[in-house]
Amino acid sequence: MPDPYSLRVNGVDCEVADSDLAESLLFVLRERLGLTGTKNACTEGECSSCAVLIDGVLTCSCLVLAATAAGQEITTVEGLGDGRDELSVVQEAFVHEGAVQCGFCTPGLIVAVHDLLEANPEPSDGDVREALSGNLCRCTGYGRILAAVHSAAATKRSQP
Amino acid sequence: MTSGPVVTAEPVMTTAAANTAAAGSAGAAGADTIVDAGTRGVGADVGRPDGVPKVQGRFAFSSDLWADDFLWGHTLRSPHASANIRGIDIGPALATAGVHAVLLADDVPGCITYGLEHGDQPALANGQVRYVGEPVALVAADHPDVARRAAEAIVVDYEVTDPLIDAEAAPDAAPIHPDGNVIRELIIRHGDLDSSGEVTVEGIYEVGMQDQAFMGPESGLALPDEDGGVELFVSTQWLHVDREQVAACLGIDEEKVRITLAGVGGAFGAREDLSLQVHLCMLALHTGKPVKMVYSRDESFYGHVHRHPAKMWYRHHADRDGRLVKVEARIVLDGGAYASSSGAVIANASCFAAGPYKVPAAHIVGLAVRTNNPPCGAMRGFGAVQTCFAHESQMDKLAAALGMDPVELRLINALDSGDRLITGQVITGTFPVAEVIRQCAGAPVPDIPPSDDRRDLPGGSGRTTNAADTVRGTGFAVGFKNLMFSEGYDDYSSAACRVADGVATVTCACAEVGQGFVTLAQQIARTELGVDEVILAPAQTATIGSAGSSSASRQTWMSGGAVQAACRAVRVQILADVAADWGVSPDGLVLRDGLVVSLDGQQEALLAQITAGTGYEADVEYHHAPTEALDENGQGNAHVSFACAAHRVVADVDPDLGLVRIRDITTAQDVGRILNPTQAVGQIEGGTAQGVGLALMEEIVLDNGIVRNASFTDYVIPTTLDMPDVTIAAWVEEPEPNAPYGAKGIGEPPTISSSAAVAAAVRAATGLPLPRIPIRPADIALARNEVQQ
Ligand code: FES
Ligand code: FES
Repeated sequence: MPDPYSLRVNGVDCEVADSDLAESLLFVLRERLGLTGTKNACTEGECSSCAVLIDGVLTCSCLVLAATAAGQEITTVEGLGDGRDELSVVQEAFVHEGAVQCGFCTPGLIVAVHDLLEANPEPSDGDVREALSGNLCRCTGYGRILAAVHSAAATKRSQP
Repeated sequence: MTSGPVVTAEPVMTTAAANTAAAGSAGAAGADTIVDAGTRGVGADVGRPDGVPKVQGRFAFSSDLWADDFLWGHTLRSPHASANIRGIDIGPALATAGVHAVLLADDVPGCITYGLEHGDQPALANGQVRYVGEPVALVAADHPDVARRAAEAIVVDYEVTDPLIDAEAAPDAAPIHPDGNVIRELIIRHGDLDSSGEVTVEGIYEVGMQDQAFMGPESGLALPDEDGGVELFVSTQWLHVDREQVAACLGIDEEKVRITLAGVGGAFGAREDLSLQVHLCMLALHTGKPVKMVYSRDESFYGHVHRHPAKMWYRHHADRDGRLVKVEARIVLDGGAYASSSGAVIANASCFAAGPYKVPAAHIVGLAVRTNNPPCGAMRGFGAVQTCFAHESQMDKLAAALGMDPVELRLINALDSGDRLITGQVITGTFPVAEVIRQCAGAPVPDIPPSDDRRDLPGGSGRTTNAADTVRGTGFAVGFKNLMFSEGYDDYSSAACRVADGVATVTCACAEVGQGFVTLAQQIARTELGVDEVILAPAQTATIGSAGSSSASRQTWMSGGAVQAACRAVRVQILADVAADWGVSPDGLVLRDGLVVSLDGQQEALLAQITAGTGYEADVEYHHAPTEALDENGQGNAHVSFACAAHRVVADVDPDLGLVRIRDITTAQDVGRILNPTQAVGQIEGGTAQGVGLALMEEIVLDNGIVRNASFTDYVIPTTLDMPDVTIAAWVEEPEPNAPYGAKGIGEPPTISSSAAVAAAVRAATGLPLPRIPIRPADIALARNEVQQ
């Protein structure tokens, strides 16, 4: 087994022991660090259910070898809210607008929408559709998801 | 943050319970202030109790489970569509460091086969494989990669034989299974079969094999129990039928198989059959350790049944005024290697083959056959999707032949309550087909100017098309199907309700697959009991009876009905006790706002006080009205209730490249009554998207029985760029007389007519016949070349 290494996830340094170097960041997050919020719908870079931010860059964690993310700042869906009970504006909007059905696509979308609104606080419908076109959802047909994104954007803009 | 090595954290039971606790605590959100149940009861726009944990990533799906010292399971699958197994050498696999077990067909402790309708499918290949992907061996190891590599080290000596891949040839081909190649033939003879119309139109239509493509892969965790039984946490649509089949394969009593629903990442029919349930339990019982399995995406394509590919021959007869005289059809569904629910799917395809129209005479031959293609079974719309594409294509063809407006043609033939289906059954419930058509077709057609935004063009961001090169078309379709199980099946659901200290706890084994039953169950309990806090106990098999399947648009009615009946039974007990105490009649008392109140306003008491301590409890079984089998002419009162929907689609097409961009979808639906508006919208939008996918892009491509596109790279489903906004012109609310709260199931109708309407729009734009869905770019571009030559 390779030497243990450390990943910084949601502001916390986590020791990764006994990990095969071939393990993806997705696998290490889920199976070694217990952070199962990041999802595994395809594990081949096609669905974005595994989306995380690595040093602020939206990334499919299934396509990254975990060990290569050492020393970088990793943010998962678990790190986006404000503690266990407080939801982010985006999370709140997803709940409120009915953007969640089975919820398997949801964590990846939450991360992607955080990233989108950070970069573009006033996205047009086309902008939102393009930004989220890599996030597959099989339940919703996207209507309530798009509504949630626009509602979250409006809420964020109205906040001081 | 919940970091730390997996193996030392809490056991899985806590994880599974966390979902329930989350559901309960969300329900408790408003409990400190007494809220009028009406505002959070039936009909209200209440949020999902699992919404918050799902957006936080705290909701435990079946792939998120773990337990101390668990092993990873893996399945070795057949690479051949048809082969005899001469021998299997597991030696090298067993010798791999970290491998704990390698199991074969001989290790299946009980009955080797299982199946929803016929037990014809081996849990592990038994001397023969009949489709690519059939499970052959199981491995348990301490790491998923070790399990996978060990599976690759198993040496199987196959004698490859010619696969039977042509469904039409199957009935006369040598049987590929002891049960024969015809799974079911169903013939419907209705009315005067010698009648004929002045105008006839014919067509041959095809539908490709669609995948449910749920996002949450098949997964679960099995834990051996000390009594020789097993505990299984799994994503499924029907816990109790899983238990029945698993127990039979394991050769143990059903009570020793305890199944709890783990978080389900979508289903759409693909979780009605077993996938890894028996395998997980075998590995757990054999190794004495917890075993977890998670299918990869490509394995998922092999691990569940698909929508049946169909070939359909149609002839419609009508008089000069456009009234239908007779419909003749032959429908062949490719059931693949094993029966699954093919018998019921061909029944639906046949019974609804003529569409929601008055048809005095019909001759339908429905055939579901066995081949060496992947097994097919349940998918949203269940047989009605395929025939809707055919009958709606025929209606457009007929309208053209008559020189009639296609919507008008549908309107004059629309079925209504009191009319007869081609199975002879008189529709006794509500069935507002004409109103649904009028609402959808009458909605204003949005004025969508040609767009310069490349994202709005066919081909999208690839910038392949110029706006000037596109043509626009509008298509319309209407479809219908049955709600609940049919043909005499005793379909029921069980639920229990307990009210203690003013809090209701509902127990029901209904599988929440994303559809929002958990929300409805809380709404129903609030409405019936006048409480606000409703806790949902886990869905499991140990303490509650079957809820039936989360399929066939049936859970709102069936498990909704069971929850309603359980709550009412508790209410009766409470009111009887209070009435006796107060010396009044229980008829003068109601439960409201957490109180027991006398209608004359004289007396009231806190429900929390009345139900303090042990409280009140009831356990019920809810059955719908019985149905009958179909007779030798396919006649009989086989179905409980019906629902319909219509879609109108505006599509832009680049005819040279064969690319399509849908610009607008408008729909209307027969819903009975809406119990939760946002959830209803979600079902309609999501169901419509699956129909769009089938019409334009989704098909499992087979090459001599081999799946060529088992990935999301090659099996594409609609994205945000493919799906336009869905305009709901109206939901037509005519309460269904025997349904709880008058509500019809709403999950399936959106998937039925949407594909047909998309195809109609593309035909209108291109003038091409397009008799097959999905419509591939080549179907447009090459057909045009042929026309031009
Ligand atoms: S799981 Fe990473 S993109 Fe699908
Ligand atoms: S909500 Fe189920 S996949 Fe998006």
